[in-house]
Amino acid sequence: MRTENQKAWFFVLPVLALVAFNALVPMMTVVNYSVQETFGNNQFFWEGLGWFEQILRSDRFQAALGRQFLFTFMILLIEVPLGIIVALSMPRKGFWVPVCLVLMALPMLIPWNVVGSMWNIFTLPKIGLMGYFLNDVLGINYDMTQQPLSAWITVIVMDVWHWTSLVVLLCYAGLVSIPDAYYQAAKIDGASPWSVFRYIQLPKMKTVLTIAVLLRFMDSFNIYTEPFVLTGGGPGNSTTLLSIDLVKIALGQFDLGPAAAMSLIYFAITLLVSWVFYTLMTKDDAQ
Amino acid sequence: MKKRSLIPILYIAFLMLPIYWLVAMSFKTTNEILSGFSLFPQTFTLENYITIFTDPTWYWGYINSIIYVTINTVLSVCVALPAAYAFSRYRFLGDKQLFFWLLTNRMAPAAVFALPFFQLYSSIHLFDTYLAVALAHTLFNVPLAVWILEGFMRGIPKELDETAYVDGYSFPRFFVTIFLPNIKAGVGVAAFFCFMFSWVEMLLAKTLTAVEAKPIAAVMTRTASSAGYELGLLAAAGTLTIIPGAIVIWFVRNYIARGFAMGRV
Repeated sequence: MRTENQKAWFFVLPVLALVAFNALVPMMTVVNYSVQETFGNNQFFWEGLGWFEQILRSDRFQAALGRQFLFTFMILLIEVPLGIIVALSMPRKGFWVPVCLVLMALPMLIPWNVVGSMWNIFTLPKIGLMGYFLNDVLGINYDMTQQPLSAWITVIVMDVWHWTSLVVLLCYAGLVSIPDAYYQAAKIDGASPWSVFRYIQLPKMKTVLTIAVLLRFMDSFNIYTEPFVLTGGGPGNSTTLLSIDLVKIALGQFDLGPAAAMSLIYFAITLLVSWVFYTLMTKDDAQ
Repeated sequence: MKKRSLIPILYIAFLMLPIYWLVAMSFKTTNEILSGFSLFPQTFTLENYITIFTDPTWYWGYINSIIYVTINTVLSVCVALPAAYAFSRYRFLGDKQLFFWLLTNRMAPAAVFALPFFQLYSSIHLFDTYLAVALAHTLFNVPLAVWILEGFMRGIPKELDETAYVDGYSFPRFFVTIFLPNIKAGVGVAAFFCFMFSWVEMLLAKTLTAVEAKPIAAVMTRTASSAGYELGLLAAAGTLTIIPGAIVIWFVRNYIARGFAMGRV
């Protein structure tokens, strides 16, 4: 059991100082911008909550937010079940285990801009492997620089390729921690594979699955580099997710006020959803 | 059993396909790439790699990236160790709130922080230094390291600490000579994760550097725009960015599954 000790704060101090420096100062800068109007020359005028109102009402923001939720929802829908299936069918011991783990983790260690370029040259029609195969072998008209649907599919497949292994590794960690005795007991009782999954494996994976969903939610909601390099948000605005739109407003048009207001709304949404996941997770921990 | 192993094989094949394509491209000449489809390089060339290894702007991109990633990893793990110890052993005022606040920094989109970070690090004259990128990356790596280490430390019984104190160990000596060896795996995994997220993050790294500490990603984008469409060169540069990750992952392969579960299984 943990003991009460206020001096523990001293242990936390270095972390606190470092993270506070990195988080609070930039955050205050953003808050500062979000309530002011500027025409350059470092002249600022009080704007109040105007930008927030304008952003929340704008069609552009709502559309980007909608695309963002659709994207996150789709990748969770694909990655979580796929990850569970792959983890269940992986070998538990032997020579192939480390090989599988290393190969599966590889996509996660590739810099994000390289992931984008890699999928770009992979999917180019006529030149890329996937583009050539779909267009010239299967005869499907596929060009992600022209068709919004193709672009969407490519962005989602890319994310599935990039991050499903995270779910696999988490679930696998949960699965290997189940003692053999559980399976033997299930065998004696004549349990079907489904009930083994439902009553032995799934409960054991609950904690790690919550972590997986939490991490995948946070990271996919913040995704920027990969889709930006792959599609640049196009064709048109079809794959302009929240982060891409934000950078367009902040650095492209240099509208600092609206961009800052949008940042805060964006952050608040991520925070709210993550908090729900986090409470669910720590409730499990406490039990 | 045989039928079951088909799923991981198919899955790994799916993972390897784009990587194969990148590697194959890197051995092709740009002319061959643009002239049409070929599954294997027809005129096998090392020209792209030679360009990278002989041009300082290219290879310094890798060295710069490795330097700031290393600084970040050491820094993150060092400050996270005592904090994780405190979270795993003691209850103190506001501990739960503090822990969640730390985690919220993992949720902040890097795009939100890009511009303020630029202004902050410019104003303290750290812009375009390794330290700037390393410090900026602690924003999301320190909370993660604390989270992972706390999970691993929680698995060490408290009796270990008490026995050591009874035996007359001071806290620093106990921590270094007894406690640390017990959570070796956790430290390795935490370091691995810090390395990984610092290595793959490019938006902040690019924003905070100009010439001196420019990461490989920035070199790659510049080449893509100035020299037309040098696809072969880009593919070779991309292939080389995979190697450090692959080396690091091989060292932690036995802990990786548990590590991804943050020590919580």
